[in-house]
Amino acid sequence: MRSVYAVYRKEMGHYFVSPVAYVVVGIFLIVAGFFFRLYMGLAIEQSMEMMMQGMGTDVDVPSEVLRAFFGLLSTLILFLAPMLTMGVFAEERKRGTMELLMTSPITELQIVLGKFFASLTLFAIMLLPTALYVGYMCFHTEPRIPWALVFAGYLGALLLGASLLSIGSFISSLTESQLIAVVLSFGVILILWVLDFAVRGSDSVAGQVLQYISVIHHYDDFTHGIIDTSSLIYYVSVPVLFIFLTVRSVDSMRWRRA
Amino acid sequence: MIEVEDLTKAYGPVTAVDHVSFTVNPGEILGFLGPNGAGKTTTMRILTGYMPATSGTARISGFDVFEDSLEVRRHIGYLPEAPPIYPDMTVDAFLDFVLRIKGAPAERRPALLSAAVEKTGLGEKRNELIKRLSRGYKQRVGLAQALVHDPDVIILDEPTVGLDPKQIIDVRHLIKGLAGDHTIILSTHILPEVSMTCDRVVIINKGKIVAVDTPQNLTTQLKGGQKVHVDVTAPEKPLTDLLSAIPGASRVEVSSHPGGHLTAVVESAPGQDIRSQIAAKIVEKGWGLYELRGASLSLEDIFLQLTTDDAAHAQPSN
Repeated sequence: MRSVYAVYRKEMGHYFVSPVAYVVVGIFLIVAGFFFRLYMGLAIEQSMEMMMQGMGTDVDVPSEVLRAFFGLLSTLILFLAPMLTMGVFAEERKRGTMELLMTSPITELQIVLGKFFASLTLFAIMLLPTALYVGYMCFHTEPRIPWALVFAGYLGALLLGASLLSIGSFISSLTESQLIAVVLSFGVILILWVLDFAVRGSDSVAGQVLQYISVIHHYDDFTHGIIDTSSLIYYVSVPVLFIFLTVRSVDSMRWRRA
Repeated sequence: MIEVEDLTKAYGPVTAVDHVSFTVNPGEILGFLGPNGAGKTTTMRILTGYMPATSGTARISGFDVFEDSLEVRRHIGYLPEAPPIYPDMTVDAFLDFVLRIKGAPAERRPALLSAAVEKTGLGEKRNELIKRLSRGYKQRVGLAQALVHDPDVIILDEPTVGLDPKQIIDVRHLIKGLAGDHTIILSTHILPEVSMTCDRVVIINKGKIVAVDTPQNLTTQLKGGQKVHVDVTAPEKPLTDLLSAIPGASRVEVSSHPGGHLTAVVESAPGQDIRSQIAAKIVEKGWGLYELRGASLSLEDIFLQLTTDDAAHAQPSN
């Protein structure tokens, strides 16, 4: 839709001039790059050791590295996603431009979608350079390139990102302060993380339910190259839910006193 | 063009807008005058579709503001009290964005943009970042976004606040120039602004409409007529008789001053301007006419009277 695109364009423009975006992407790539190299080094070492001990080249270096790498990615994403969304609505409200958007012939859904897709695009741009490392490694390794793992890993990262960005977006719409938005997002994500940690491997019903709700839990399968349909459904439901909530939240701004 | 009927907005126990009704004719400039907290901004927010009313209706170009909100928004431009601008965008990029979200077709956008830039005098600043502009220019950008898509109706909330005198004149000029093709509602505290730019005025206080009329009518109506002051050298009794005999004169009061002058105050019925008659009669008699002035209440006086003593003096018009 033209309106969604108009909002999308504007948001992308803002990201490009915003120092926050560059800092976040920069930190992400530095840390990701560092750890990628670390994992590769470890895996190669391990493989050489096993060779020397005469146990054959049983170590599938690429898969090992990728698994560890995608695991790290999830942690990084958990920390950095809130920073990408903190200003999305809070800034508009503070500057009074929400009033412009809401007195123009566009719906709340169009506004929310435009912003969401922009944050998702930024997120994808952030992930993109890591494909270089993966590509480089895969080019130089044997055994053959584990395409399934690469594909699943990135898909999982994107879906995890989409979920976290939609949550962050919603939280940003609740407040005028970017600071509160980012702190609240961190808090929520931290709780989710701890929750996930606490119920890992749990057999109780409550534990299983919590496991399903956990954003991270579903990601684990993806890092192993497994694309589970229940996880796919989950990862589509979460953004849908939070986009809906954000639309409601934006609409509620109309009812608040000046 | 704009029909507001019995509009009410209540925030819990507080009624910000209380059964307000008025109409605005196509091409007219309507002024919204009232003290802070009177309900002007709330009314405008309801008209622009930003918030819903508690009860009552408002229609713009025939569309209901609540039922057909999206359609209404296609027809209006709005400048809130604080101009809704993005500091990190250039003037051009910002206005282009506004054009897009207002639904302007792609082919028309460049022309519309240039027209708006020209009307608001932003020609030199097109590629400047908005955050680098002065207050006056930022306000102009705010005005530009309200009219860039050539809307039927333009709603301006305190458009000249914070501008320097020259800029204020420019803005008023601009607004007057827009009338006819556009229907305009503007709210303000600045009383002379209303008498200078508006065709009609709505005075609102504590959510209720206190008066609706043209600025001129309001001044005469409230005073209940005009008072004419004359400063003459003349014998007292003949002067009193002469002035009383003028058709339309209702009361004559003559007093004397040191220096031999007499001051006469002649009251006339509302709408009757007897000044020329007074002048002619006095000169005919050969008396010295030193000063002749009509003393009507200024809009300021009316405003104060209406808004500070509404119980006793409020005259809801028509």
